[in-house]
Amino acid sequence: MKKFLSAPFIVFILAGTLIPMCVIAYYGLTDRTGAFTIQNILAVGTGDHAKALGLSLLLSFAATLICLILAFPLGLILKDSKLGKKGFMVFLFILPMWMNFVLRTMAWQVLLEKSGPLGFLGIINTPTAVVLGMVYDYLPFMVLPIYNAMIKIDDSLIEAAYDLGASKSTVLRKVIAPLTIPGIVSGVTMVFVPSLTTFAISNMLGGGKVNLIGNIIEQEFTTSSNWNLGSGLSLVMMIFIVISMAFIEKFDKNGEGSMI
Amino acid sequence: MAKEKTLIEMIDISKSYDGEVVLDEFNLNIKENEFITLLGPSGCGKTTTLRILGGFTKPDTGKVLFQGEDITDMPANKRPLNTVFQKYALFPHMNIADNIAFGLKISGKSQEYINDKIKYALKLVNLSGYEKRSVTSLSGGQQQRIAIARAIVNEPRVLLLDEPLGALDLKLRQEMQYELRRLKNELGITFLYVTHDQEEALTMSDKVVVMNQGYIQQMGTPEQIYNEPENAFVADFIGDSNIVDGTMVEDYVVKINGYKFPCIDSGFGKNKPVDVVIRPEDIEIGKPGQGIIDGVVTSNVFIGVHYEMCIEAGGIEWLAQNTRSFAVGQQVSIGVAPENIQIMNKPQSEDEEAISLEDVLGDESEGTPEEL
Ligand SMILES: Nc1ncnc2c1ncn2[C@@H]1O[C@H](COP(=O)(O)OP(=O)(O)OP(=O)(O)O)[C@@H](O)[C@H]1O
Ligand SMILES: [Mg+2]
Repeated sequence: MKKFLSAPFIVFILAGTLIPMCVIAYYGLTDRTGAFTIQNILAVGTGDHAKALGLSLLLSFAATLICLILAFPLGLILKDSKLGKKGFMVFLFILPMWMNFVLRTMAWQVLLEKSGPLGFLGIINTPTAVVLGMVYDYLPFMVLPIYNAMIKIDDSLIEAAYDLGASKSTVLRKVIAPLTIPGIVSGVTMVFVPSLTTFAISNMLGGGKVNLIGNIIEQEFTTSSNWNLGSGLSLVMMIFIVISMAFIEKFDKNGEGSMI
Repeated sequence: MAKEKTLIEMIDISKSYDGEVVLDEFNLNIKENEFITLLGPSGCGKTTTLRILGGFTKPDTGKVLFQGEDITDMPANKRPLNTVFQKYALFPHMNIADNIAFGLKISGKSQEYINDKIKYALKLVNLSGYEKRSVTSLSGGQQQRIAIARAIVNEPRVLLLDEPLGALDLKLRQEMQYELRRLKNELGITFLYVTHDQEEALTMSDKVVVMNQGYIQQMGTPEQIYNEPENAFVADFIGDSNIVDGTMVEDYVVKINGYKFPCIDSGFGKNKPVDVVIRPEDIEIGKPGQGIIDGVVTSNVFIGVHYEMCIEAGGIEWLAQNTRSFAVGQQVSIGVAPENIQIMNKPQSEDEEAISLEDVLGDESEGTPEEL
């Protein structure tokens, strides 16, 4: 019975994830004639590609860090606010997520344009604008898991820490932060991975001047129509993502035990 | 004597949540080195009292003094007291040793001192060798004992304990009761203890404070509370009791359902309705005609040391305890020694079961028999 109920899900996973992955792997490991090659994979080491990958890593790292720095105190404020107000504040943060992602990014494009209201900043078409876009688009994905982890912390734990003489900052470092790690881990994953692979944000806010690895892959599939190279680079990205997730996971295990 | 010095004073503390009064003009003095127990039914405001002392809840009105100094607005981390929380509140991300060391590290003790203290505290709570265990791997009772260990290693002036033995089985609870008393004498810590187990309150405390619905019903030594309850609530709450309606015919005579009982109380006036409290162990069972009322045994249960019997006599179902067993259906008589009859004024109305502190004080100033 259980097997029967999960059948649609299994079909969905097969059709939507597993099969495309196999197709990508096939294209990535062959050349145009269909012969096996690892050239598409090694291509990531060459000039432009390596530079794009490096920039992607750098920008997504920066965006993740900024999101974390913003989301942690925000989570604290949300946790401490009164019940009615809490719902409203959380709602405010989820609200932008109801808007289409491309529209949100486009809004920033209009704002940051030379002639736009924030044009004087002169950051349109620079990596700064791309990071700004990433932070704006993905911040809710950092706030929500952190907030969720924080409200799960029993108030009596915080009171116990104060009772034992802890100052506010000790409570923050020794009790709240360690207990928020599961939320931080999901938040970091949910911001870092899409930032690393984005091409839409860098297209719109980078104006073709900020080339991320996502843009390169996109171009291989569209303008250059070199599916083999595009797939090969995608495979490399997947490996990067798996490695970074494993790294984060390990960090979580060390700090937290098995909370996820 | 230094022992008599007042350490903490709670003065006219009131607290309500959403218009619901939890504490009403609550006054309590705690002397140095005293073991005080707050005793009362669930929801009567015991935890709230501790939270106000610990600095986690702000009273609406009133003051808390520590050695004469107003600490009402002092934050919890500055107060010279530690709490053992009702819900343990152990840090789940730290092992047992780190939990116990938390307060010591903050106060900057040396690692050597901390290690010694951890060993000592674990031995005290019977959990030696548990240093590296995780909190989640412990049973409720073990967590409760770690919570006690975590508080006492800091050697606070006052220890607030919120039902710290609630999750333990009887044997372990008795052991821990003994250990806590010993600890109190050894370290000279003042204990404010919360429980709703009346037996625990009576065995452990120097002073028992019986609370109901935010009011202090009676305050006194365990003997006073048990032997001379000031009102029906206290009598009912402390141990099993026969609480029956009576009339004070004249001084030293109370009439229950038409039967006259000699007693030692006076000063109620003539034909005044009163509550009469008689402990089950004070009911003397004899042959018919020997006692004051004749009756018949309706039930008999062996509950360990003695038999607990119900005796139908004079239209009242009496609860009696005796080491001798009387069979169900047997004709008996019951009697009570005059000094074992406790007479109390009736509350003015039904919903005044919770007699306010003022009423109790008022009664005393009129000179109730208990006072004499
Ligand atoms: N933060 C709060 N908000 C609203 N009501 C509260 C709050 N804390 C306590 N109360 C109410 O105050 C009353 C007294 O609570 P308290 O926790 O002091 O009871 P207690 O005597 O410790 O009971 P128990 O023996 O069950 O622990 C209860 O009716 C409770 O619902
Ligand atoms: Mg309580």
